[in-house]
Amino acid sequence: MEWRRLGFIALIILILIGVVVMIGGGEIAPSVIVVSMIATTIAVATPLTLGALCGVYCERAGVVNIGIEGMMLASAFFGWFAAIYLNTILGMAPMPSLIMGVVAAILTGGLAGLLHAVLSVTYKVDQIIGGTVINILAIGVTGFLNRQLFFEKGSIFGGQVPHAPGVLPRIRIPLLADIPTVGRIFEQQPIAVSAIVLVLVTHFILFYTRWGLRTRSVGEHPRAADTVGINVARMRYANVIIGGLIAGLGGAYFTLESVPSFEPLMTNGRGFIALAAMIFGNWAPFGAWASALVFGAAQALQINLQFFREQIPSQWAFLQQAYIVGLVPYLLTMLILTGIIGKTTPPAADGVPYEK
Amino acid sequence: MTNDQMTYEMGLALQTKGITKHFPGVLADDHVGFDLREGEIHALLGENGAGKTTLMNIIYGLYQADAGEIFLDGKPVNIRTSKDAIAHGIGMVHQHFMLIPVFTVAENIMLGSETVRGMVLDQHSVATRVRELSHQYGLDVDPDAYVRDLPVGIQQRVEIIKALYRQADILILDEPTAVLTPQEVRELFKVIRSLADQGKSIIFITHKLKEVFAVADRITVMRDGRVVGTTTPAETSEPALASMMVGREVLLRVEKGPASPGEEVLHVENLHVFDDRGAETVRGASFFVRVGEVLGIAGVQGNGQTELVEALTGLRQAHSGQVVMLERDVTGKPPRPIIETGMAHIPEDRRRYGLVLPFPVTDNLVLCTYYLPPFARHGIFDHQAIDENGRQLVHEFDVRTPSPYLPASKLSGGNQQKVIVARELSRPIKLLIANQPTRGLDVGSIEYIHKVIVRMRDAGCGVLLVSAELDEIMALSDRIAVVYKGQIMDTLPADQVTKEQLGLLMAGITTQATEV
Amino acid sequence: MSTSVEKTAPETTFKVLEKLRPATNAVLVPLLAVFTALVIGALVITAVGGDPIAAYKGLFEGAFGSAKALSETTVWATPYIFAGLAVALAFKGGLFNIGAEGQLALGAVAAAWVGYALPDVLGVTLPAVVHIPLAVGAGMLAGAIWGAIPGWLKARMGGHEVINTIMMNYIALNMTSFLLNGPMKDPSPLNVVARTPNIAEGARIPPIFPGFRLHWGFILALVVAGVVWWVLQKTTLGFEIRTAGANPNAGRYAGVNVPRTIVVTMMLSGILAGLAGTIEVTALNYRHELGFSVGYGFDAIAIALLGKTHPLGVVLASLLWGAMRNGATRMQFLTQIPVDVISVIQALILLFVAADAIIRWIYHIRAREERVVLTRGWGG
Repeated sequence: MEWRRLGFIALIILILIGVVVMIGGGEIAPSVIVVSMIATTIAVATPLTLGALCGVYCERAGVVNIGIEGMMLASAFFGWFAAIYLNTILGMAPMPSLIMGVVAAILTGGLAGLLHAVLSVTYKVDQIIGGTVINILAIGVTGFLNRQLFFEKGSIFGGQVPHAPGVLPRIRIPLLADIPTVGRIFEQQPIAVSAIVLVLVTHFILFYTRWGLRTRSVGEHPRAADTVGINVARMRYANVIIGGLIAGLGGAYFTLESVPSFEPLMTNGRGFIALAAMIFGNWAPFGAWASALVFGAAQALQINLQFFREQIPSQWAFLQQAYIVGLVPYLLTMLILTGIIGKTTPPAADGVPYEK
Repeated sequence: MTNDQMTYEMGLALQTKGITKHFPGVLADDHVGFDLREGEIHALLGENGAGKTTLMNIIYGLYQADAGEIFLDGKPVNIRTSKDAIAHGIGMVHQHFMLIPVFTVAENIMLGSETVRGMVLDQHSVATRVRELSHQYGLDVDPDAYVRDLPVGIQQRVEIIKALYRQADILILDEPTAVLTPQEVRELFKVIRSLADQGKSIIFITHKLKEVFAVADRITVMRDGRVVGTTTPAETSEPALASMMVGREVLLRVEKGPASPGEEVLHVENLHVFDDRGAETVRGASFFVRVGEVLGIAGVQGNGQTELVEALTGLRQAHSGQVVMLERDVTGKPPRPIIETGMAHIPEDRRRYGLVLPFPVTDNLVLCTYYLPPFARHGIFDHQAIDENGRQLVHEFDVRTPSPYLPASKLSGGNQQKVIVARELSRPIKLLIANQPTRGLDVGSIEYIHKVIVRMRDAGCGVLLVSAELDEIMALSDRIAVVYKGQIMDTLPADQVTKEQLGLLMAGITTQATEV
Repeated sequence: MSTSVEKTAPETTFKVLEKLRPATNAVLVPLLAVFTALVIGALVITAVGGDPIAAYKGLFEGAFGSAKALSETTVWATPYIFAGLAVALAFKGGLFNIGAEGQLALGAVAAAWVGYALPDVLGVTLPAVVHIPLAVGAGMLAGAIWGAIPGWLKARMGGHEVINTIMMNYIALNMTSFLLNGPMKDPSPLNVVARTPNIAEGARIPPIFPGFRLHWGFILALVVAGVVWWVLQKTTLGFEIRTAGANPNAGRYAGVNVPRTIVVTMMLSGILAGLAGTIEVTALNYRHELGFSVGYGFDAIAIALLGKTHPLGVVLASLLWGAMRNGATRMQFLTQIPVDVISVIQALILLFVAADAIIRWIYHIRAREERVVLTRGWGG
């Protein structure tokens, strides 16, 4: 990654952590705050990382996917529904219900990916429109089913939202989690850990394997790939579906790892921020992850500032306003997209349907 | 099968019978029968749109024929995808390279036939094999270089090695000389000869008559999707081939009187222009054009011509230098003021820059002047005036279209170019900049455009002609400037220069000729 | 120029046909898309245990069954028309304005502020002749600014308008939440929700017929639709917008200032979206409340696509959308089918319109000619 972008990322993260330390440092030891910020950052960056990885798979193969938001929303809902259904109606124990919920979320994402692939590759619909369709569909369907299944008197849950089986428990990474103070960073929930593992795996696949070479060829110059016998449509389908599966895992984070409930529109733009992370990360897994961490840090800032509300000095009172601090991720995204901090290059055939 | 037929057909590496292919609205190939003998270099000659590339794409599995058969070594084969073609030992080097710029040479070559160690790509063994092939066939390339950094001639070698890497016995080359200097063309022909001598069978597609005499063993001419005839260089001549290609008598030379140059209409001084990637592609170009003459800028594509023309027409900001057009300094100005000075521009990419394809022909004909009376007053259109103008110009310039209200996308390449020409020449101009004006056109349209250029020259315009087709430059120009790597190597009077001289200049080798 | 060339009869016919043929084709596919989506909607209704015929009857009744119903349908349709025009205009310019929602919200906020706060600030009561234009103008200005910003970012810095407009939506949402919960909140002790005080009498656009909510804003919307059509087809500005959308390279070549056109297009689009919010405040609710505008942005996209980005199509599609939203309440009242099923149907309509190949395949309609590819990835 270019120094300018890397430097920007490091700088912003330092600033964000620094602000919280300055404000809360009186009450709680700075080292504890720093560790807490880092741990939170890694956790909340999870859906952004996964969303960005979804984008990487799709766009490296040449398919623009702005439907990541909708994919995650739909997966969040169906994963949560599956977990509650298994737990409440079928009487499954909490942990297996949650795990099956994750599976359901992943499959939902895969299905959404399949839909996007069908629209983009077979029907050659404009990919931005196709992604928007997925977003709208997700909002409509999850809104409808949420009302229908959980709030209607005649529904299976009897009109009351049942008690959710909780969230996925934290995993302690052996050895690393035992380090004093800093160890907290290595106690993360499973989806957060999976996200990091997937970054490594994706990097390897994309740049060291046959699959990765072919995927990239299809995104750069599909006709060239076609002439050496690569099935462009098949590669694109596969990659978009894989992307969907990963977005599904990202959706699972919201309702099965973060908070044990579903709110309509709860993804709140993070699917789009994930896209910005992908762009800023130059369509590469590590770059996307680093960018996601920046946004994660902005969100961690928001969370921690709420926690330290009382400590905020009066001249900084505007920071108390959740709405103002909440602007940071969005403003950051726009700033990054101007390319001032560094221009990145998408795959050459990104967004262009392939016609023989 | 009789004994005679069997013996005849055994020497055939490839044979097609009755290949027919329809595209919406056009019959690209009509019962084409073609054969290729082992170890021969067979030229497939025809003008743009004759059906040559379509036929080869069918043989290579990129398209499926509607009817007909393909035989390899006498046995019928079914080629459904490129993979099948490759498996049968057919390799193709396309006119527009099928290389991925951000990959290395090795990655491009192994794509689709990758060698792996476990799960990981094995770049090392690929590089070794590439070096072997380089050596064996005299095609020197560096496996670890990135394709985007390689000059076009080297990229072509990569394409050829790509085919040889997959053990191709039959090699199809589609218009391989379009991007080469005359010297590079000779090099290529040597390589092809060497390949043929080593047992490869080669099909060589071209629309350039002169080339087939230099390299082909046999020549097949196609026209309008049909095979017109097969012959050998010894049994034919240029005029004979030309009329086979076009179906009538073809004037191979442009009728042109001597030039009578007047005052300067364009003066370019020490122009420096950078491309989108930040590379300096025009490095201190200086030249001038006068009323009543044609200045031809010769050079292989990619030596800065595109950026030069963009800088002259306002589509790109020059970094430094000066452009004076009709006594006005237009350096760095946007297109509109430059157009209003009296310049017309026939762009190199007509679909991308010259036309708005979804718009009707009438709208395209006022694309540069729509905001002026009589077409618009105070920002509001007079559609009657626009329609009237459209009908007028379509008639005057003989644009073949069922209606001027059809979208421009429906017109053939030649007619689209005519629309552009009609538009550009229907306003008062003193300078015509024509960039690759006949690329991809049929012979009739090429003749027409050439006539128009000479007519404009004689009607009081200065013409700047930029073309990669050396024959066109030599036929139309009064003076010729050769550009190489962004610099004008030399400017010579057209009647005193030979193709050889130009070829050397195009390759960057200066001579001692005096500048005009 | 030489003597004028006579218009031949075949050519005239061509001109008429060339304009008609796309028209019939254009109407057929969207109609079938709506029909198919309704069919699937019926299946969904059956799946949750309802009676689709009764549901659709209720829907129709609620939308068209009485004068009041018709009035309500047009009331619902009005903001859709404005927002749909905003997105359609942007599409014509090759731009994807997903920010209609944010532009709408800020237009409403600005209009509301002028409506209730300006008289206090100035110390006078403003007559309607002054106050209404001021309020509407403020809303248009807010929309213009909110649209011009992503337009400028795209024109000057190449920032893709898709993500930028979406971010602007969230920013606008945050801003309005802040304002409506804070400085602009109705201070009356009876009020507990996040909303502004009512706007002054002088700032209110009256209803057309007493007793019905149908207001002059609807007429304004129709007029504006006509204006948009006229600008696009009959003016040089419209030509430049369409050229920048169809082929920006050729536009540049021809001397069109493409970056400026992009900003102007987004600004105009923002004005139209801002009008959607403005009219809701000044003609319907007489105040601005948090949460009213959620979803308009996406609806606008669906409407613009369903209406094939043609102003007339947008008006018709908006009426359809308004009818569905309006009729849904009656449908729920009569049959207990929740209104949310409309969202699903609308999403399906959008799906079929976007992927019209699916509709064409189901009903064996021959393919149309050019498909305009709107966007080309992030490179721009």
